Amino acid sequence: MKITLQAAERHVLAITVTNEAGVLAKITGLFTARGYNIESLTVADITSDHAVSRITIVTNGPPPVIDQIIAQLDRLVPVHKVVDLADQGPHVEREIALVKVAGTGEKRIEALRLADVFRAKVVDTTLESFVFEITGNSDKVDRFIALMRECGLVEVGRTGVVAIARGASAL
Amino acid sequence: MTEMSGADMVVQALVDLGVDTVFGYPGGAVLPIYDALFNHPSIKHVLVRHEQAATHAAEGYARSTGKPGVVLVTSGPGATNAVTGITDALLDSIPMVVLTGQVPTTLIGTDAFQECDTVGITRHCTKHNYLVMSPENLGAIMHEAFHIATHGRPGPVVIDIPKNVQVATGNYARPNMIEHVSYRPQYDPDPTDIADAIELIANATRPIFYTGGGVINAGPQASAALREFVAMTGAPITSTLMGLGAYPSTDDKWLGMLGMHGTYESNMAMNKSDLIICVGARFDDRVTGRLDAFAPHSKKIHIDIDRSSINKIVPADIAIVGDAGRCLDALIAKWNSDGRKAKDLSEWMRRIDGWRAARCLDFPESKAADAEIMPQRAVRALYDATRGMDPIVTTEVGQHQMWAAQHFGFDEPNRWLTSGGLGTMGYGFPSAVGAQVANPDRLVICIAGEASVQMNIQEMSTVSQYRLPVKLFILNNEWMGMVRQWQELTYESRYSNSYSDSLPDFVKLADAYGWTGLRIDTLDELDAGIAKMIATPGPVIVDCRVAKLANCFPMIPSGAAHTDMILQSSEVSGTMDDEAKALV
Repeated sequence: MKITLQAAERHVLAITVTNEAGVLAKITGLFTARGYNIESLTVADITSDHAVSRITIVTNGPPPVIDQIIAQLDRLVPVHKVVDLADQGPHVEREIALVKVAGTGEKRIEALRLADVFRAKVVDTTLESFVFEITGNSDKVDRFIALMRECGLVEVGRTGVVAIARGASAL
Repeated sequence: MTEMSGADMVVQALVDLGVDTVFGYPGGAVLPIYDALFNHPSIKHVLVRHEQAATHAAEGYARSTGKPGVVLVTSGPGATNAVTGITDALLDSIPMVVLTGQVPTTLIGTDAFQECDTVGITRHCTKHNYLVMSPENLGAIMHEAFHIATHGRPGPVVIDIPKNVQVATGNYARPNMIEHVSYRPQYDPDPTDIADAIELIANATRPIFYTGGGVINAGPQASAALREFVAMTGAPITSTLMGLGAYPSTDDKWLGMLGMHGTYESNMAMNKSDLIICVGARFDDRVTGRLDAFAPHSKKIHIDIDRSSINKIVPADIAIVGDAGRCLDALIAKWNSDGRKAKDLSEWMRRIDGWRAARCLDFPESKAADAEIMPQRAVRALYDATRGMDPIVTTEVGQHQMWAAQHFGFDEPNRWLTSGGLGTMGYGFPSAVGAQVANPDRLVICIAGEASVQMNIQEMSTVSQYRLPVKLFILNNEWMGMVRQWQELTYESRYSNSYSDSLPDFVKLADAYGWTGLRIDTLDELDAGIAKMIATPGPVIVDCRVAKLANCFPMIPSGAAHTDMILQSSEVSGTMDDEAKALV
């Protein structure tokens, strides 16, 4: 017998939640329990009283599954709001990566040149290494990391995506 | 504001919330709360014999009264034993609050004696849960937990209370009204959706109501509204296992339960309908059968208080989020204000009568006095004998459960208590205990199988202690009948571990616990045995010996469509392809 899967779409969800113990486990657990995908997840509290956190989840699935994910998230008690940013019109996505490159000579110079092209900042250096900080959408970060592979890449740390809708209106 | 210990706060909050009964079992980490409950004037504590039974008893209490069930257990094994009942309540949307003791906050995370990560373990089988870290929050959490358990789609809420939080003091105040910061279920439907729904309903030529447990959960007034609206439209009605009793089984528009062991007429009517009006049901796989063949020519109106139930399995043409009762009230009001008249559905009803003529619930039997009893006959005899007594009926899980659903008629909500979603063997007997505690003067019958009943049989002791007149009616065929039936259907009758070997003598068991035990062996003893069970005061076990190899029909086999029902055992082939074997 065969198991067939439907074609998936990529969606970015912005979720505001009460900043309390266990809320992140509740949300990630929902994704595992129901077989949904998480491509990336970021979370931090966003209000001055630290009462509310914003979680950004990049997920993928066929449209009915995305609908279900939103409905399932929305019914969790500590969830205030769930927004599919793709449904809200244009939005901006950013992530930060810290990219460590080791080496000397021509490769080291090439790494620095490429970093300049990508407007990556040097945040640490030794005689045989750099740590670059690069900000951008995931594609740009991916491309930078791919190029650095040729220039002595040894380690990468990425934040995952944060995203916000364009224009004056708020979540 | 009053300063008191956490344990006193728990009890004070229960009093303020109107709780009269707690089902529980003491242990080290809840001793302060048990001390606060000692000889309490208004809260009755029912001591069970196993924590799982406390949760099912609380479900029985809740399902038969509409009020939340309350459970009190200790940390570690107390909490883990409660998990099955908590999950059962989640799947069947039963309002329940479970208070668990926990090791002191200073020991959390150290693998202390009787420590387990209760909030971690119950995170995904509760509607919500709390770990209370300070007595200052405890009172507010108690009130919020009851609010969440009973509002919107009901469900179980766990409050895990470390022992030092029970001992320490804090301020308690009874809140006036709870407005939750993020949990705000939608009760009232969108009027545009109601108008669109009325347009579809008024113009349908083959409409059918498909209702579920959501109608029961919305309270008796929702069942009343359902009856009124069905009468207005003249449409036939079927229901899920969980929804039985919301509409009277004695009415001529009632088609019986639908789904895997539903009636032929209800499944055929669903398949051939042009409009399905789903109220408080969730298109469970037991209902739909093969999805791509499910009601292919019909539009669907789906009314549910939980938005995630809508479009989960079957896409809805009109989605209405709201309380079942309020949605039905809105439909009735709109129907009237639009001056709608019921369409002539006689052609549709004639087709349905054609399917009814298959008499799908008939079963072969011998009428001889010494004949073996068909289990269906036993359920029908029980139904006939208790008509007019308005009994509460609980079941375990398996063939007997389906026979009870098929052959016992329910005319009012909150009379039928069964484990639908989780299908928990061991649910029925403790749930009857809870129902009997809540309704001391009512006739409460647990229809059980000899296998299921053994999963919580220890509760016989609880029944004796509280002198509960529960009637435990066991359809004893010496098999885990539903397992054996599937082995016949799918595995060429290789009966792997489905025989109920080494059964106790249930009559002697009754004697051992101070109950009355009766045994019914042959058809001529059936009516007299049931009459004796009803007439005997106090708890009674009836060991009703039934035909050993009877199977439950009609049946939609796994992976089949509504139109492919097996009506009788002669249609069983004994094998299935892998696609069907992989389905549950």
